[in-house]
Amino acid sequence: MTSFFTLTADEWEIIALSLKVSGVAVLACLPVAFVLAWLLARGRFPGRIVLDALVHLPLVLPPVVTGWLLLLAFGSNGPAGRWFAHVLGITFMFRWTGAALAAAVMALPLMVRAMRLSIEAVDRRLEQAATTFGASPARVFATITVPLAFPGILAGVVLGFARSLGEFGATITFVSDIPGETRTLPIAIYGALQLPDNEAAVTRLALMAVALSLAALITSELLARRTGRGGGGHGV
Amino acid sequence: MAFDVTVECQRGDRTITAEFASDAGLTALFGPSGAGKTSVLNMVAGLLRPDAGRIAVGGRVLFDARARIALPARHRRAGYVFQDGRLFPHMRVRDNLTYGWNLAAPADRWMDLAEATRFLGIGPLLDRWPRTLSGGEAQRVAIGRALLSAPRFLLMDEPLASLDRARRTEIIEVIERIRDDLKLPILYVSHDREEVERLAKTIVPIG
Repeated sequence: MTSFFTLTADEWEIIALSLKVSGVAVLACLPVAFVLAWLLARGRFPGRIVLDALVHLPLVLPPVVTGWLLLLAFGSNGPAGRWFAHVLGITFMFRWTGAALAAAVMALPLMVRAMRLSIEAVDRRLEQAATTFGASPARVFATITVPLAFPGILAGVVLGFARSLGEFGATITFVSDIPGETRTLPIAIYGALQLPDNEAAVTRLALMAVALSLAALITSELLARRTGRGGGGHGV
Repeated sequence: MAFDVTVECQRGDRTITAEFASDAGLTALFGPSGAGKTSVLNMVAGLLRPDAGRIAVGGRVLFDARARIALPARHRRAGYVFQDGRLFPHMRVRDNLTYGWNLAAPADRWMDLAEATRFLGIGPLLDRWPRTLSGGEAQRVAIGRALLSAPRFLLMDEPLASLDRARRTEIIEVIERIRDDLKLPILYVSHDREEVERLAKTIVPIG
């Protein structure tokens, strides 16, 4: 007899897949988000407002539209889809990579926002000070800018991860519901809801979602505390 | 000649100009707040580019508009003590002090961490975070960080401005020892006549 707390093989698969999809989504998104955040925080170029709007588009667009656009671009006949298939050998259709791509696109605006704010908050005068003591631009970046922006970068990663865990609309539109490939936690919950007399399964999956989200929030809080020790106020 | 400076720079709707040549010792840029003294210091440091003129320190040309010379700030070897301290908040005092020292060529270094901590009396502060320092302590660390960066000259922007009377006297004595014992040329910004008359060999009115 199994207790209420023992997860079935299917449930394990759903959780492992959710973590894999979200983790890959955030890791792939991180460098892109950082460059975009940097450009938006520090760049002075024509079209900055347009870039800003494009980055934020997934935040305001109906997710189903984002999913459909992903289908057009990254589907087997889409231009980006063909390029990835031929050059990198990566396909997205009905695969977990597609779920990760959808999650990454949906997480991008949140990650860029958090990182951009933290880059903007870095005191440029500290960077100037480092320059006068002989630091090259690359060294200023590595020893002053990134460490000072680090809490925001971390916040962006956690936010992006949490957003990815909950991603539903764009994912189901783009890569549908395939057990073991694209059936992440929210999609599994939605699928379970479609069956009659399935309250118990839905409840179990929903509780898992609550537990995962709580764990992500607590982890982020602990990380923020650890990195927060040295930061903060300035001596005169 | 320690400082040989002729600069002109447009800042918004006004033009900042300065012209002076001074020997060793402390040269004070003296004038009311907002006259552009800090801008002159930033031009010497390489943080602000003059529109015209020439800057040489100790015979080394750092900037010459006509000859199209503009050494980047990181190659000028200025030890800058900023008005607001500008200690790096994410590094302990020890790492603040050695920031420039680590970047300097070993042959250029003329002071090490032990000497600097003794000179400034900041040994007990080494493991502290900048935000826990008092104004006077922070200013000493800022001076130490500048001295340890292997500078050929010091730039000091109102280093006493944020200090109470007792701390001022302490830091003034430190500055006098840098001037007399270390024989480092100092370009010093202040709006306080008493302070300037006590410290400076050359006084340059600005504004």
